[in-house]
Amino acid sequence: MTCREMVEFLMAWLDGELPEDQRAAFEQHLALCPPCEVYLETYKEAVRLGRKVCHDEDRDAVAEAPDELVQAILAARGRPGA
Amino acid sequence: MRRGGGGAERPTGLEGPDDAALLERLRRGDDAAYEILVRVNTPRLLAVTRRLLRSEEDARDAVQEAFVSAFRSLDRFQGDSRLSTWLHRIAVNAALMRLRSRKRKPEDSIEELMPRFLEDGHHARTPVPWKEREADALLARQEVRDQVREAIDRLPESYRNVLLLRDIEELETAEVAEILAVSTGAVKTRLHRARVALRNQLDAFLREDVP
Repeated sequence: MTCREMVEFLMAWLDGELPEDQRAAFEQHLALCPPCEVYLETYKEAVRLGRKVCHDEDRDAVAEAPDELVQAILAARGRPGA
Repeated sequence: MRRGGGGAERPTGLEGPDDAALLERLRRGDDAAYEILVRVNTPRLLAVTRRLLRSEEDARDAVQEAFVSAFRSLDRFQGDSRLSTWLHRIAVNAALMRLRSRKRKPEDSIEELMPRFLEDGHHARTPVPWKEREADALLARQEVRDQVREAIDRLPESYRNVLLLRDIEELETAEVAEILAVSTGAVKTRLHRARVALRNQLDAFLREDVP
């Protein structure tokens, strides 16, 4: 297995979805290729960073409910069809 | 890596036993209960629709549409998920409906954001560790937060949407496939390519060997 294939199969491996023979080849490559081991860690880190940044935005948004939007939503409730 | 459908059950301040009491009041048409529902849930729903739509006006319209749709369906809400989770799904759908109704522009290719490989299959740029391993330490720096947001925003829309729905909103693959009307295989492929493109962009400034 090459580094290119390792990157290609990475998510399937993380999700436990690689067939047995590919899984063995993937893990053998990973054990023998320090750069791919680093790649795996930074891939997971990128996902964690993306999630954390967005979830922090959600947390920070908790204090803010624009009043005009709240009023518009409540007014829409009273309209026919709402 | 954490996966699974429990993710969207993140606390919103409107879960637990209070849900049943609130639902009962909503079904009685209690105006104050409607206001609580809207005030408590609007901020987080707005954060979700802003991310997907990247337009404040559209994001607000989508939240309003979501609530109107939820009010109409309240009698059919079974109570088998939290009200906040149910509203979250409705808001995601409202935002995606809006996205679909926008005039389609040809999408940029994701290829320019993907890593390069040598002919023999080795990395063209050898991966090295990032400057700080812990996400929390990295995110203490505002510039890193900005870079992460910009990297997500630079993804072509069809990839960004899958990344947002799977990794951020934490919907299941099958749900995302249904919402986007694509196969589960396409969702997985797009998610992986979006993550690889995200990693590749972040690598440019987080590599230990970058001054």
